[in-house]
Amino acid sequence: MLEIEIDGKTLQVEDGSTVIEAAHKLGTYIPHFCYHKKLSIAANCRMCLVQVEKAPKPMPACATLVTNGMKVFTHSDQAVKAQKAVMEFLLINHPLDCPICDQGGECQLQDLAVGYGESDSKYEEEKRVVPDKDLGPLVSTDMTRCINCTRCIRFTAEIAGFMELGQSFRGEHAEVMPFIGKTVDTELSGNIIDLCPVGALTSKPFRFSARTWELSRRKSVSPHDGLGSNLIVQTKNDRVMRVLPLENEDINECWLTDKERFSYQGLNSTERLTRPMVKQGGAWKEVDWNVALDYASHALRDVAKTHGSAAIGGLLSPHATLEELYLAQKLLRGLGSENIDFRLRQSDFSVDGKRKGTPWLGMKIADISRLDRVLVVGSFLRKDHPLIAQRLRQSAKRGAEISILHGADDDLLIKLAARAIVAPSQLPAVLAQVVKAVCAIKGVAADTAVAGVTVSAEAQAIARSLASGSNTGILLGNFAQQHPQAATLQALAGQLAVALGGKFGFLGEAANSVGGYVAKAVPRAGGLNAAAMLKEPRQAYVVLGAELELDCADGAQALATLTKAAAVVVLSPFKSQAMLDYAAVLLPVSPFSETSGTFVNTEGRVQSFYAAAKPLGETRPAWKVLRVLGNLLGVAGFEFNSSEDVRAEALGGTPDFVSGLDNGLDGVALNLGASANGFERLADVPLHFADPLVRRAAALQQTRDAAAPAALMNAAMLAKLGLAAGDRTRVGAGGTATAVLTAQLDAGLPDSVVRVAAAHTDTVALGAMCSVLTVEKV
Amino acid sequence: MALIDTINPLLTTGWAKGDAGWSLKDYEARGGYAQLKRILASKMSQDEVIAEVKKSALRGRGGAGFPAGLKWSFMPKAAPEKYVVCNTDEGEPGTFKDRDLLRYDPHSTIEGMIIAAYAVGAKRGYNYIHGEIFDIYQRFEEALDQARAAGYLGDRILGSDFSFDLFAHHGWGAYICGEETGLLESIEGKKGQPRYKPPFPANFGLYGKPTTINNTETFAAIPFIMSMGGEAYLNLGKPNNGGTKLFSVSGHVNRPGNYEVPMGTPFAKLLEMAGGMRGGRKLKAVIPGGSSAPVLPADVMMECTMDYDSIAKAGSMLGSGAVIVMDETVCMVKALERLSYFYFEESCGQCTPCREGSGWLYRVVHRIEHGEGRPEDLDLLNRVTDNMMGKTICALADAAAFPVRSFIKHFRSEFEYHIEHKKCLVDPEVQRVGSGFFKAGAA
Repeated sequence: MLEIEIDGKTLQVEDGSTVIEAAHKLGTYIPHFCYHKKLSIAANCRMCLVQVEKAPKPMPACATLVTNGMKVFTHSDQAVKAQKAVMEFLLINHPLDCPICDQGGECQLQDLAVGYGESDSKYEEEKRVVPDKDLGPLVSTDMTRCINCTRCIRFTAEIAGFMELGQSFRGEHAEVMPFIGKTVDTELSGNIIDLCPVGALTSKPFRFSARTWELSRRKSVSPHDGLGSNLIVQTKNDRVMRVLPLENEDINECWLTDKERFSYQGLNSTERLTRPMVKQGGAWKEVDWNVALDYASHALRDVAKTHGSAAIGGLLSPHATLEELYLAQKLLRGLGSENIDFRLRQSDFSVDGKRKGTPWLGMKIADISRLDRVLVVGSFLRKDHPLIAQRLRQSAKRGAEISILHGADDDLLIKLAARAIVAPSQLPAVLAQVVKAVCAIKGVAADTAVAGVTVSAEAQAIARSLASGSNTGILLGNFAQQHPQAATLQALAGQLAVALGGKFGFLGEAANSVGGYVAKAVPRAGGLNAAAMLKEPRQAYVVLGAELELDCADGAQALATLTKAAAVVVLSPFKSQAMLDYAAVLLPVSPFSETSGTFVNTEGRVQSFYAAAKPLGETRPAWKVLRVLGNLLGVAGFEFNSSEDVRAEALGGTPDFVSGLDNGLDGVALNLGASANGFERLADVPLHFADPLVRRAAALQQTRDAAAPAALMNAAMLAKLGLAAGDRTRVGAGGTATAVLTAQLDAGLPDSVVRVAAAHTDTVALGAMCSVLTVEKV
Repeated sequence: MALIDTINPLLTTGWAKGDAGWSLKDYEARGGYAQLKRILASKMSQDEVIAEVKKSALRGRGGAGFPAGLKWSFMPKAAPEKYVVCNTDEGEPGTFKDRDLLRYDPHSTIEGMIIAAYAVGAKRGYNYIHGEIFDIYQRFEEALDQARAAGYLGDRILGSDFSFDLFAHHGWGAYICGEETGLLESIEGKKGQPRYKPPFPANFGLYGKPTTINNTETFAAIPFIMSMGGEAYLNLGKPNNGGTKLFSVSGHVNRPGNYEVPMGTPFAKLLEMAGGMRGGRKLKAVIPGGSSAPVLPADVMMECTMDYDSIAKAGSMLGSGAVIVMDETVCMVKALERLSYFYFEESCGQCTPCREGSGWLYRVVHRIEHGEGRPEDLDLLNRVTDNMMGKTICALADAAAFPVRSFIKHFRSEFEYHIEHKKCLVDPEVQRVGSGFFKAGAA
């Protein structure tokens, strides 16, 4: 420990601390622009110059290491003179166009100019002008305002993992720019808007739509992936104008993914359902709520009466709130049906009834950063969980070894220790090889079922890396959870964790991937799971918040089944053509921004939020709609007055973390068999197609990540099929269903694999995410 | 070839035959590589080599004048990977000594670097050569080939346990890459921008490994020091200012060129060696250490001896030893405008005070030179330089500020005349003639 005195106040700090860190601990603010606690030190803005006793010159507080007995003065004549000098320099070429600048009112330069600058400048020469850059559909530039702090550059290089921005030219001609003709395409690009201390980088979708001081702000929670990033939702006149990160070091740190930041555009989409609608004689009619609710309750009661309760199924979105999921299952169970599920993209349900508890991450999110060896199994990690990928990227830089077992070799922008890229059907077998190899290294007995496998060099390399660590984690990604042998993968990951003395868990796909279990939105014995409900058609369905043709493991089957059903009651914030085709009644319910509710994130953390805006039109919060439906159907126990009442019943109190989290299994037999003949489909769920909200976010839909699905193959596959990249191909999935897609090269794919994205209308016809495809040139 | 007239020639001994005397055999004939052989054969310890260099009081010839032996001694002994880097990014206006060193006698630098590598335990070295002297880069590559073929570079040099290889790397002409950490960044393939120090290169240098980086002339002096002994080398000059030094004399002298003289030689003697003032005109001012050093008026300069301490006492810097001589035909405002333009263009753009301040300085000086000066401009210039100096990562902001401050300090009346009369104190016709390119009366 070192002792430092800052403006007369003393403090003990760790060795290696900088003066600015020490000052911030003391609550002493030192003005700065280039310094950011999550980025490397640049020391270029010179705003943080302070006087250090015995130093002849003022020193940058951000880069000066504390020495024992150091005395620092942040308000001495020398320090103040330096700060004023730097502020004047920063402003001489700054356009001072604050009245038309989006950053106005939340601008670090503006604030510090007031706090640390002079009231006028002696600069009377010409000002510099810098050409603007095209960084893509999300980030807008006014480069003349840039003060060259290089935060954005360091962000892309260090946090996002690839240096998409750089500083060209020298001196006053210096310009921050992307590579020539390129845009900033990282899935984390919006963070550079937050990082920019001036108005050089602003939000393109938000630009010129409001002044920051006109916005009301509400804390909220991201409704997308299982991380549960904390949000600040900003509204004007009950319209969400902007979403910013709410710093939470244990979850999203100070970052947001672009999906979380820009998906709010979907909230204001023209496809919002704003009035209840019923289908009468094949025609849709907008009706009052009481009519629609009567219609819905009668439809469900009729089916129950005529065909039995088991003829009703409930398909619930994992992005729905805990309260909504809880009420939906309670309603269905009240009607006597056990056909309830929220795991829409899952295809293997064989562990139902054998789980020891609620499946979860297996550790705290913050613990991921402390793992020294990690194996990621079946995950498009960088796109599915950008901020967890970011955590692992930083871990890898600190020396942690990250390995991956997956069906595609997408660049994670993480230094990998080992990798095994195999066809989807081989994932269980190769994971079994890793288990066998680790057991051999650790000298523990392996499960007899894995004893027979032959360990490949790749599996051996993964095993060696894992076995050399002391704090190991196995993370099962979305793809592993959607896999037809998900149970085996889970069991093997469990065995691996035991052999390594480590942890294992699931990277939650959706905001309530854990919450759905907690809300009991899964079938008990005798009930049908999501896949079974669609395979064995029901007479009536209650659909909550999902677009089943895009959100299910087999969208084509969902569409066919729902179209034939007698009554489909849909509660949704949006309407789509497909819904109009299969639904009998459409009830407009609030998206996350217009309702109070709770998401239980992948680490089991309970995060509740209030509505940030009033419901649009006649939209109503789904928990209220479900409560009324419960009353209309005469189901007992529906006397809730608030969403908090629902939460209290669902959670049995107000815990910070839910209880009963356990990834253990009882009596699951391993199924290592792989029998894929022909070309295996590898289906990713592209991040901007993953849920109904993001699918309607206009700017995100213009990004490279939202490119229309293609048929991706490696070079050998293309050659074998006589295809060139860019050729149109007809992709078939057996039967008559085909999709015409462009063939593209993806060098990281294994042989015999065709990668075709799911969750997009272009590929719905291909059905199951895991299937065998035919490919022919058109 | 450059005009040479030396007393006690050391570094320039090999220059006598001009372009015909640079090759390995010539160097060996002059006793070259004998010191390397002696060190390796006698298994001299690293400390002994460093001690000898310390004794010589050899101070860094790139401009900062930091004692070379001391710098070497900072290198951590245990580090497995270390580098030796030579700075031939000679970009300071007025300086042209290192290119002649490499042109006429590249092997003395190579031998010096090998001995340095031996002393600090480096296995690999680079010589970063300024981008605008590409022929010199090519010559150095040829010299490296010769040294490799002769076994002076590579694995197990001359049968010893010591291995070292050396590579040439040429820049693209950016002044800032002459700043040692900017140079290291540039070798690493990054934009040449100085690093914040500490850590210094001896701890965190090239690719983050301990690195000794010295100027070409510093390395070139090493074989001579090892040959004559540190003490004898020191005695060539004066205490704390050991040895001889190359001075690049340019400007209004009859014989501009590189001159090697012992430290402490009177400036008057150096001027005389350079053939005296052109056209017998009167000396007006001298920039004694490269364009970033403060200018000194004639009378002050004529009292100086050419060594670090004397020039510093007079209020300037010996710097890289680039002596820019100006006679009475020079307009000091115009001269400053040219210098300020250079620093404005060469600021790397990293630190705010330098990026913004160097342009501000240039614009104001430009205005004054072009008859648009205002009475308050001189105070403004002083204020801006004051705000720049000592507030940046590297010394470029100071380098941009020193000329401005010193020109105004010593020639204030000329600036005031310019501002008041919107024209030069020195008749433009006199300036034209003095430039040497025009004859009096010619159109």
